[in-house]
Amino acid sequence: MGNLTREHFLDLETAPRQDLQKIIDTAYTFREVLDRPIKKVPSLTGRNIVNLFFENSTRTRMSFELAEKRLSADVINFSASSSSLTKGESLKDTVQNIHSMKMDAVIMRHPTPGSVLKLTRFVDATVINAGDGTHEHPTQGMLDMMSLHQKFGRLKGLKVGIVGDILHSRVALSNIFGLTTMGAKVTLCGPPHLIPRGVEDLGVRVDYNIDDVIDWADALNVLRIQRERMGVGLIPSVREYRDFFGITAERMKNHKKEIVIMHPGPMNRGVEIDSVVADGGQAIILDQVLNGVAVRMSILYLLLGPNE
Amino acid sequence: MGLSTYSGYLLLKNGKIFDPFNDKMFSGSILLKNGKIDTVGDAGLPENCTEIDCTGKIVTVGFTDIHAHFREPGREDKETLETGSLAALAGGFTEICVMPNTDPVLDTPESIRFIIEKAAGLPVTIHPIGAITTGQRGEGLAEIGEMVRAGAVGISDDGIPLSNGLLMRYALEYGRMYDVPVINHAEDISLRGGGQINEGELSTRLGLSGIPDISESVMVYRDLALAEYTGGRLHIPHVSSRKSVGLIRQFKEKGVNVSAEVSPHHLGLTEMAARDFDTNLKVAPPIRSEADRLALIEGLIDGTLDCIATDHAPHTIEEKEKDFINAPGGMIGLESAFGMVHTVLTAAGASTQDIIKWLSVNPQKVFNLPGKQIVKGARADLVVIDPRREWVFKEENIVSRSHNTPMVGMNFTGKVELTIRDKYIFRTAD
Repeated sequence: MGNLTREHFLDLETAPRQDLQKIIDTAYTFREVLDRPIKKVPSLTGRNIVNLFFENSTRTRMSFELAEKRLSADVINFSASSSSLTKGESLKDTVQNIHSMKMDAVIMRHPTPGSVLKLTRFVDATVINAGDGTHEHPTQGMLDMMSLHQKFGRLKGLKVGIVGDILHSRVALSNIFGLTTMGAKVTLCGPPHLIPRGVEDLGVRVDYNIDDVIDWADALNVLRIQRERMGVGLIPSVREYRDFFGITAERMKNHKKEIVIMHPGPMNRGVEIDSVVADGGQAIILDQVLNGVAVRMSILYLLLGPNE
Repeated sequence: MGLSTYSGYLLLKNGKIFDPFNDKMFSGSILLKNGKIDTVGDAGLPENCTEIDCTGKIVTVGFTDIHAHFREPGREDKETLETGSLAALAGGFTEICVMPNTDPVLDTPESIRFIIEKAAGLPVTIHPIGAITTGQRGEGLAEIGEMVRAGAVGISDDGIPLSNGLLMRYALEYGRMYDVPVINHAEDISLRGGGQINEGELSTRLGLSGIPDISESVMVYRDLALAEYTGGRLHIPHVSSRKSVGLIRQFKEKGVNVSAEVSPHHLGLTEMAARDFDTNLKVAPPIRSEADRLALIEGLIDGTLDCIATDHAPHTIEEKEKDFINAPGGMIGLESAFGMVHTVLTAAGASTQDIIKWLSVNPQKVFNLPGKQIVKGARADLVVIDPRREWVFKEENIVSRSHNTPMVGMNFTGKVELTIRDKYIFRTAD
């Protein structure tokens, strides 16, 4: 058995607490590396990693690539439009080509839930999920948790609100699984039809009143309103969304309490969050970005590096 | 194993003979001669007679499946009338109704005749079902009268629901003239949306868009109300939810002319089987919760649901290897059907005889087919079942051209060992 209890990193739903803790602990050491003048370690020298992206991504792909390069791995990038998959090319075809190139790890983003698990049956490389449709985005979940841990020094008992379109959000699902595993308390807030039926079974609360959630929470994770994911007319207007769920400057001013603000990016400034809040002292959004590199280095190192 | 023929005499001796059409069970032997029943009961032993010992086994009529896809014409890479027939025999089925969603669609008398003529020499009788609307497009009625005259036994747009209520009303009214069932895939497609699996805790956990049970039951209600209003003959395929069972029960109590079928996979599996995103479990309507499954069993046992039908839906490995959203829905079912339903339903208190009726008498009645007889002079149309036999459904034994099924590796109790049709005899794998 390696440093983690499993050979791939596919989801936070089934990942044990000890793995999540180890990833966070190890990420702190890589945070130090990222603060050095020479931000590189030789841990994965000679290892081949492919970033296989079937969906547009700038931030996640850059973050992975940087993490891989900081660990001295050899990196190739493969971007395919998701339309090539619907045109009849099977996932297996695409992936076996890459497999023939003898990769040690595949980082995959794909628009379909479960595609990353399926990939593990087609290749014998280590597979890391960089987002599989509306299922999970586990490395995002880890970087969110690391950022909270860094800010508060603990996760257990921490009160975290997740705000937005929960139904279509892989970030929300990974946050829910990871945070509940680590003993945090989670409240979901968003338009009722964009919160999955029966989500309380996952051990979270639902509250449609954002002001109540702000009063309750230690931190808020504000989700991007992904218009492209939605059918027509799911959100009546930007004005209405802002009034009921927006993390606006005015709303934050009315709450006396200090509360930490996170956002997975990219932000729709002026829609789900105001610039004043996003750029203000409560926000740890830029810490999240740097922690993202550290967490991905940590996961790559624990899966591909030497056994400790 | 496999298909062979016999000539002269064949004796099925010392079995329990079950005639489900007359609900009679008795010990004895059946002597066959050149594809016909020669003697029933206490048969003598003529010279040059092949004997098959049926001690401890049940000898009964061949099964009828009123819902299968044999993909011919158009997708012969998945299944043909011939390969489908062999799969049918391997499952104990000797009569199959095939759905019209072929390429081209079975929506003219010519296409109905094509199926009947192409299937004429096969060991299994194949009854085509004609489309309700031309090209299954849901726009205008197809030549239903001509198709029925050519041999269509029912009408259906198969997997494409008739969303237009007025057109469904017309189909039910028009269909009355021919006394054929109108079969509508009951699903409100707007409520289904982009759904992939049953809506519930698993769909939330997997991030797969859910298909709520009401997407079926609201359409079932509409169709039942239309059947009541028009007096038309409605048949509801592959009922999947507790709510639909309740509605059908309610309308049957009112005397509405409706029948319904349930599939082995909805009787035997729950949504949780899709935990690992296995595309073989993607099927329409989706496999639902344990509560739904138990309601389906109860509905079958109390007569709310009339019969079992497989919805045998072959797909290539390549298609099923696609990701969950792009993989097609459906699974093959003929060869695992008896093992699955016998295992599940006997555990729920049904008898082997009940199960045989749900696979033979009831589907024949629902589609106005003539029935089968175990009497001297009748054509040989028999299966030999070992109701106590425990077996594993193995991929290497699949006869169908396609292998898309989540049942591989499952343990069943009750096995079809032999299927005999005319001079053909099919022995299933050990």
